Amino acid sequence: MTAKTTILNLTDEEFVHPGNRACSGCGLSIIYRTALKALGRDTILVVPPSCLTVLQGLYPVAATQLPSLNVTFASTAAAATGVLGALRAQGREKTTVAAWAGDGGTADIGLQALSGACERGENFIFFCYDNEAYMNTGVQRSGTTPQHVLTTTTPISGKPQKKKDVPAIMAAHGLDYIATASAAYPIDLYDKTIKAKTFTGPRYLHIHTPCPAGWGFLPQMTVKIGRLAVETGLFDLYEIENGRFRLTGQSAKMLGKKRLPVGDYFKTQSRFKALTDAHIEEIQQDVDRKWNAYENNDSPR
Amino acid sequence: MHIIESGNVAAAFGVKMAEAAVIAAYPITPQTPLTEKLSELVDAGEMDAQYIPVESEHSALAVCIAASSAGSRTFTATSANGLLYMNEQLHWAAGARLPIVMCVVNRGIGAPWTVWNDHQDAISQRDTGWIQLYACDHQQIFDTVLKAFRLAETVSIPVMVCYDGYILSHTYMPFALPDMEAVRKFLPPFAPAYFLDPARPKNLNTVTLPDIRPDIRGETAPGYMEIRHNLHTDMRKSLDVLSDIEKEFKDIFGRGGYPFIEPYRVSDADYVAVCMGSLSYHLRDVIDTLRAEGISVGVAGLRVYRPFPDRAIADAFSHKKGLIVFEKALSYGNQGALFADIKSALYAKTDRPFVRNYILGLGGREIKTTELADALRNSCKPSSATTDRPEWIGLKM
Repeated sequence: MTAKTTILNLTDEEFVHPGNRACSGCGLSIIYRTALKALGRDTILVVPPSCLTVLQGLYPVAATQLPSLNVTFASTAAAATGVLGALRAQGREKTTVAAWAGDGGTADIGLQALSGACERGENFIFFCYDNEAYMNTGVQRSGTTPQHVLTTTTPISGKPQKKKDVPAIMAAHGLDYIATASAAYPIDLYDKTIKAKTFTGPRYLHIHTPCPAGWGFLPQMTVKIGRLAVETGLFDLYEIENGRFRLTGQSAKMLGKKRLPVGDYFKTQSRFKALTDAHIEEIQQDVDRKWNAYENNDSPR
Repeated sequence: MHIIESGNVAAAFGVKMAEAAVIAAYPITPQTPLTEKLSELVDAGEMDAQYIPVESEHSALAVCIAASSAGSRTFTATSANGLLYMNEQLHWAAGARLPIVMCVVNRGIGAPWTVWNDHQDAISQRDTGWIQLYACDHQQIFDTVLKAFRLAETVSIPVMVCYDGYILSHTYMPFALPDMEAVRKFLPPFAPAYFLDPARPKNLNTVTLPDIRPDIRGETAPGYMEIRHNLHTDMRKSLDVLSDIEKEFKDIFGRGGYPFIEPYRVSDADYVAVCMGSLSYHLRDVIDTLRAEGISVGVAGLRVYRPFPDRAIADAFSHKKGLIVFEKALSYGNQGALFADIKSALYAKTDRPFVRNYILGLGGREIKTTELADALRNSCKPSSATTDRPEWIGLKM
C-alpha cells in the first residue's frame, strides 16, 4: 500500500451530496464520502436499515450518486449475493458490489447472512461502520457496544458484556482481505478500500465511527475522539491479508512507544460515565496485554 | 414430449424452460427434490443459471429480491416454516414490485412439527401482496410455473405457485414438455423498465414519507399510501391479465383455459364443493359416486387465491343452492379463510346459496373418500343453512 496518498490524490468527484440528512459531526459522513471516492462510479451499494438509510435521503430525494438497494435488516450480505448473481448472469462482473451496514446490521441481525456469504466466497466488499450501538433507533446496546457503556437499554449500570470482535469472526472465515479503519483516519480508509478492490471474494472493512449524539460529545470532536480510540490502543488499525496480521497507519507507528492511558478516551464521552476506576484499570490491563502481544509479534488473532 | 416424473421435477423443468437466470434456495421438506433437480441441471450445464445455495430462506428471498432488482429473472422455492421465515421478505418483494416466482410446496407448519401436507403455510401469507396460484396435478405445476413468470413480469408482482406436498411433489405422473420455441413465444425475455445500474443510478426502496412530496425537478412523487394503493389496484387488474394469459397459453399449448375456477360437473349441479389444490381432483371420484346416487353436486377447484376472484365466484355460484368449502387451513379463532372469502364474494348478490365449511387434512391427516362423500351427503340438502363455524372431517376426539 502506498503511504503517500493525501487528500489531494482523492478524486474531486463527489458521490455523496452535501446537505444530506446526517447529524452534524457524523463519523459516517466522513467515511462514506471518502470510501465512495475509492469505490468509484462503477459500484452498486446494498444498504440495510441504519443511519445510512437516513443519510441517503427520503424518497424521492437521494443523497448518493451510486445505485443503491435498500434491503431488510438481516439480509445485507445475501442481497449483495443476489446483485452479484444477476451481474454474473448478465456479464456485468466488472461492477463492484459494496455492502454498507452498521454494527447491528453486521454483528447482530446481519451476522448469519454475512457468514453464509463469506463461506460461499461471494465477491463483495462489506463495510461495517461501527458506531457501537443502535444509533438510528436511538442508542440501544448492540453486540459491538463496549463493556460498561451507557445506552438506552443499558441505562444505569452500563453494558455488562464485552464488545464482539467481528473482524476476528471474519478472519475465521478465511477471507483474503480484512481491515479495520477509523473515521479519524479517512486516508487510511481510502487506501484500504483501494486495496480491497484488488482482491476478489469477500472482503471486510470494520470502521470505528464516532457518533456525537450516541456517545455524548460535541460534534466538532468526532475526529479527535476517533484518534483517541486509536492512540489509547483501544481500537487498532490493522489488516489481515491472506491470513497475515499487521498493524497499519497510526497503530503501526505506536509499536514500541508509550500509549495514552485509556482513561483519556473514556473521559471525553458521557456514555462512559458508569465506568469506575476499577473498570478503567481492568480495561487498561486488557489493552496492555493485547499490545504486549503485538510488541512480541504474537498476534492475538 | 411426455415424461413421467415427480411434481417437484415438473416444477424444475418449468423453471428451466422459463430460463430463470438466478436461483436461490434453502432445503426444506418436501421442496428439496425441486431444488436438488435445479442444482443438478445447472451443474450439468443443461441450464444456464446462477444457482446460489444460501444459508436460510430469508436469504434465499433476499438473493431473489436483489437479483431481480438488478434485472435478472429469479426463482426460489420453499415449504412451511421456510415460507414463514421469509415473511418480511415476502412483503418486501411485493412492495418493491419484483416479478419473482416461487414454488410453495404446501406443508403444515409447526409446532408441533409436521412435514405432511396442508395449506396453512401459503394461506397464512395471503396478505403479503403476492399472487397465489394453485396447481392440481403435475402438468398444471409445469404450466403454472411458465404462466407465473409471464404474469409476474406483466404486472410487476411476485407470484407463488402452490402445490401439495407429497401428494403432488413426490408422486409420479406423466406430463408434456413443450418445445422451447413455443415457450419463448409465450414468455419473452425479462426486460425490466429499470434495474440497478451505475450508468442510471437509483436509490431503491428508500424511506418514504406519509404524504406526497416533490422531487428535485418539482414533480410530485407518491407517498407510501399511493405506492401501496397501486400495489392493490394492480393486483386487482392482474385478474384480467391472468385471464388473457390463460387464453394465450391455451392457444399455444392446447391446455388450460381455467384461470380462476376449474369446474367438474358444475354447470348442471345444485350444489358445488369448492377447494384448492389436488383435493379438487380427488373429489371428482366422490362427485361421480354421488351423482350416481342422484345427488346434484359438482366440484370447483380454485386456481387463484390472491387476488381473490370474487366476481368470478359470485357469477359462477350465486344461483346454486349450496356451496361446501373444503379447506386444509384455518384462520384460528374464526373459520376457514377461503370460506370467509367466498361468503364475502357472495354478499354482493341478493340471491345466494348457503355456504358450509369443512376443515380437513391438517398436518397430512388422511382424507378418506367415504368421509368426503358423507360430508357432501349431509350438506347437499335443501334444509342446509350457512354456518358461521367450520365442521371438521376426520377428527378423532
